[in-house]
Amino acid sequence: MIEGVNTRFRVNGKAVALNVEPRLTLADCLRYELKLTGTHIGCEHGVCGACTVLVDGEAVRSCLILAAQADGMDIVTVEGLPGAKIDELGPLQSEFRKHHALQCGFCTPGILITAHALLSEEPDADADRIRDVLSGNLCRCTGYVTIVEAVLAAREAYRR
Amino acid sequence: MKPSAFAYARPKTLDEAIGLLAASGGEAKAIAGGQSLMPMLAFRLSTPKLLVDIGRIPDLDRIDVDESGVHLGALVRWRDIERDPNLPEAHPLLVAAVHHIAHYQIRNRGTIGGSLAHADPAAELAGIAVTCEAEITAVGRAGRRKIKAADFFTGPLMTALEPDELIVELRLPHWSSSRRWAFEEFSRRRGDFALAGVALFYEVDFGGRIRDPHVGAFGIGDRPRRLRDIESLIVGREVGEALVREVGALAARSVDPDDDIHAPGEYRRALLGVLTERALARSADFSRKTSA
Repeated sequence: MIEGVNTRFRVNGKAVALNVEPRLTLADCLRYELKLTGTHIGCEHGVCGACTVLVDGEAVRSCLILAAQADGMDIVTVEGLPGAKIDELGPLQSEFRKHHALQCGFCTPGILITAHALLSEEPDADADRIRDVLSGNLCRCTGYVTIVEAVLAAREAYRR
Repeated sequence: MKPSAFAYARPKTLDEAIGLLAASGGEAKAIAGGQSLMPMLAFRLSTPKLLVDIGRIPDLDRIDVDESGVHLGALVRWRDIERDPNLPEAHPLLVAAVHHIAHYQIRNRGTIGGSLAHADPAAELAGIAVTCEAEITAVGRAGRRKIKAADFFTGPLMTALEPDELIVELRLPHWSSSRRWAFEEFSRRRGDFALAGVALFYEVDFGGRIRDPHVGAFGIGDRPRRLRDIESLIVGREVGEALVREVGALAARSVDPDDDIHAPGEYRRALLGVLTERALARSADFSRKTSA
């Protein structure tokens, strides 16, 4: 019998304490243990970027980190993006809506988190840099043109 | 898929980690960033009984530059290399190679020790390590030893590490600022595995002739390797159009990659030829820029 691992971390500002199965990924932990279903799971092996979350402020693929490894860390999911409450969109989300930067929405949470991490660190990122960074997120229906336009438009909010 | 079941331990010290690996009788795997191991676990290509999380062992995340070269601790992440203020000058080839590694999110967690231990034949760092005659320091029950990069990679996903050994450091020998260099790789999409890649550097004597050339290729066989034929061809010569063409033809002849699901061997051979031509041409362009 494999022992569970006592794990504590913060998710969107709230402290959580869980006993997790060692093989549980952070992505599955967020969705199935914590019911934060905004984080989507696409490929489960680090290729698609849909499950991207912030870990200590850095965008990482939550399918490639074990929940047990996140012990003591600070996690932000798409539900915790600034301004993201019901009926209140954050700057990136508003620009995504304005620029029609999503169709089916499956990849969108990962793209929002990735773009948020990028603009938080590099609010002046140009279109090339944005494309380079978003190459880690696969979108199969919208196309990247409007996504890049939305991220470019959101930069203003991150410069303040 | 979900990984098969394993136990998890997070030792606080290197000794403790080695003890856990040794006690497992080869059934344990070390994990740090997990960016190569987690996909292996998800596909159940790797089914260890125990994961030893070495991610919080202190002092393994240092980047030091001294007269013996660039020392990268096993837990140094690609992100750390990208943001280090000294490395663009201390080892521009390393920095250029890291730019090609995977994606933003992967570079935020992937470590140099993990990449070396994983030993993917298409890995950029392994290619650089072999080209630069780097040295890998490993620690196990039997103590500490230094392994030359050329002896470290023994096959696809295979290394000279013993089951109870952990990589603690990679040393890239001192980089001379007078070197001409280039790094070229081709992948179908940004961040994908390289279908082939080449790194080269050399000095130039007063007559403009190549001295002490190092040329290495990756993604073209079961492990990265030096292209000694190319080194012998270019040493003592001046870089010009004729030499660039000769180099391309010879590079394509000097490797024999197998066919696989990503590309036929013939294609990779041709690709390496083109990349080697480009690399040599580009290395000469750099020199023009710096002397201007």
